[in-house]
Amino acid sequence: MKTDELVTLLSTNLEPVDRRSIARTLYVALAGGSIVALGLSLVGLGVRSDLTTAHAFIFLVVKLAFAFGIVGLALVYLTKLARPGGERKTPSFLVIMPFLVIVVLAGISLALAPSSHWEKMIVGDQWLECLISIPIIAIVPFAISMWVVRRAAPTDLARAGAFAGLVAGGVSAMAYALHCTDDSLPFIAIWYGGTIALCTLAGAILGPRLLRW
Amino acid sequence: MTTDETDLKSLMLAGLDGHAASHRALLGQLSGRLRAYYRGKLARIGRRGAGEAEDLVQEAILAIHLKRHTYDPAEPLTPWVHAIARYKLIDFLRRTRTSLADVPIDEADTIAAHDDNVDAESTFDVRRLMERLPKNMRCSIEAVKLDGLSIAEAAKRCGISESGVKMGIHRGLKTLAAMIARETQA
Repeated sequence: MKTDELVTLLSTNLEPVDRRSIARTLYVALAGGSIVALGLSLVGLGVRSDLTTAHAFIFLVVKLAFAFGIVGLALVYLTKLARPGGERKTPSFLVIMPFLVIVVLAGISLALAPSSHWEKMIVGDQWLECLISIPIIAIVPFAISMWVVRRAAPTDLARAGAFAGLVAGGVSAMAYALHCTDDSLPFIAIWYGGTIALCTLAGAILGPRLLRW
Repeated sequence: MTTDETDLKSLMLAGLDGHAASHRALLGQLSGRLRAYYRGKLARIGRRGAGEAEDLVQEAILAIHLKRHTYDPAEPLTPWVHAIARYKLIDFLRRTRTSLADVPIDEADTIAAHDDNVDAESTFDVRRLMERLPKNMRCSIEAVKLDGLSIAEAAKRCGISESGVKMGIHRGLKTLAAMIARETQA
């Protein structure tokens, strides 16, 4: 077939296109993913019972701020990476910022505490639950964001996948934070930061397979 | 910004609004540039068959059409086209198992620079591929895209709803693009 015939075929009865569809679909999908994650966390694990105390509330806010910062930044980059050539003008190192902040804060809080408390601060009571829950809660948001990104046209599949994983990990961490009673900055840095990084890695590995178009 | 970029971009923007003649002109001009690009790239790795380059041109044209919603009007057009062209080249080489190390993948925007209007036949036949599409998709594409019927007329002819026709066209073209990718697997 001649290319000219194909061009004619494609241009006949052309439909107008919605130019804002990528960002909008991504936000809608993310809202959907968040609701599923929240539901899973609330029904499967339940809200922490001590939320009325100031201490618990402050740490919930810290965890949410950390995860929200990640999701917000990652989402900005993901919207760019979903477009062809988006990786060229997107130096994505800024996304490291929330991790850097929490690690520095964790270091400071360790330095201020007696070393006999360190183990408790780092390992907490429920490190295993955190390690397992965040990736599991992230599955649905991850699948949804990969689906949306695939409908667009990413040209750096590993990077786009990584950012979809990062968004999903962040959403999942927000949902899990409602349940988690381990309140220390080193715990958040290691177990929240670590599991979110794990989701990012999974996205980077799966991206080239799942995002091809 | 070059006049090329300005011209192509205004055609693209009009096409996004549904202006068929602009879209046609855009795809026509881009296919000349894509042809020069792919022929040059394939020649450098010693694959000089015009058919292969033409397969790639048509794959890229289909991708540009199907993915046109991913173009951000705030950005210049040629880098967007170039990213798609390059992605389809890498994908093609991976499919046909050419070592990537053999191909100089450029960073510069060479798409806009050259033009090659000597049309060639691709190695596949879209009409023949179309026969393998599910009935509703095939009927929608034939009615609207080949015979030029309106969506409403096509809906009547195919016996499905108007939104069914629109969806059939979109899904059908996507399926066709996937079939072409499989078909050109050497």
